[in-house]
Amino acid sequence: MEHKNPEFVFLGMHGNWSNILMLAVTTLIVFLIAYIATRNMKLKPTGMQNFMEWIMDFVKGIIKSNFDWQTGGRFHILGITLIMFIAVANVLGLPFSISYDGVLWWKSPTADPTVTMTLAVMILLLTHYYGIKMKGLKEYGKDFLKPLPFLLPLKIIEEFANTLTLGLRLYGNIYAGEVLLGLLAGLATSSAFGFVGAIIPAMAWQGFSLFIGGIQAFIFVMLTMVYMSHKVSTDH
Amino acid sequence: MSFDYLILGAGGAGLNIWDIIATLFFFLLLMALLKKVAWGPLMGIMTQREELIASEIEAAENSRQESQRLLEEQRDLLKEARTEALAIVENAKKQGEASREDIITTARTEAARLKESAIREIDTEKERAIAAVRQEVVSLSVLAASKVLEKEVSEEDNRTLIEATIAKAGEVN
Repeated sequence: MEHKNPEFVFLGMHGNWSNILMLAVTTLIVFLIAYIATRNMKLKPTGMQNFMEWIMDFVKGIIKSNFDWQTGGRFHILGITLIMFIAVANVLGLPFSISYDGVLWWKSPTADPTVTMTLAVMILLLTHYYGIKMKGLKEYGKDFLKPLPFLLPLKIIEEFANTLTLGLRLYGNIYAGEVLLGLLAGLATSSAFGFVGAIIPAMAWQGFSLFIGGIQAFIFVMLTMVYMSHKVSTDH
Repeated sequence: MSFDYLILGAGGAGLNIWDIIATLFFFLLLMALLKKVAWGPLMGIMTQREELIASEIEAAENSRQESQRLLEEQRDLLKEARTEALAIVENAKKQGEASREDIITTARTEAARLKESAIREIDTEKERAIAAVRQEVVSLSVLAASKVLEKEVSEEDNRTLIEATIAKAGEVN
């Protein structure tokens, strides 16, 4: 149960090989899925193309529920990439985890707070960037005084709270899933009796984690678009 | 069992800057690559499809209107043709009537004229015949007279002859 991370120090900065490896795997898988699905595209879609178009329309639906398409269309690519990246990352740790010599190598990259917080901070910074870019610095600043000026401290706290909840929700869900899977795997390998006892809950939990992985990816993209629309649209 | 690993930032390594860099790097790389090779073309084809559908709908609408127009036109033409045909038949009937009248009148006139000319001819022939008979009578009379003179017949005979001749002439007349 006690896994160490394959940590390293390079140029005075810390890193975790496992995270970097899993991020690369996630990137590769998402890229391959999208790349293969978009070969020989036809006007009348078949097979994988249908799947990709469904994802596109799904993200389009998320965006449309927050912005008008004129404004939100530019976040379409961000949204699709984000939802596929996070969904694949969430699911990677489900079928197995690999640890070697007490060091955990194979897991969900989103089961690491550094990764999810990086994504969350990136999203929040993007919302501020687009807020300033599309409304101007003055309007952007005024938004902090709405609806009432004395709520300014709350507004500032909200920005940090948003960032924290966005990143930690994803991390917590996926990490908890992996911890429970790890416990069940530990039980299964302890004895024959334990194996029989663990196999059913493990399968159920894997199914449920698959579901959670999809839901969390959806929630992450949904909240991204909600925060973005708060910063970008003028009617809030 | 230690639960230290459950604590955020456990391990005492501090912030994993390389993880942050790797996350950003991989995500942005993925987004850029996919934008180029997957999302761009896919969006392109979806837009293309939308345009195709829109244009097909428009074309269908147009062709529907066109066929409606043609149908209307054909209907009008048919109506016109029917009216025209009726008019032609009517006209032909009228013309036939007129020409029948004409022919009958002409025939009648011709017949009358022929009758007239026949009567006239008959009259002329009659006149001519009478003239000829008269001529004959005169010449016969002359002949008879000359015969009488030549023969020197008796008074009785003479008288009888003259009388007979005159009687003949009178009959003829």
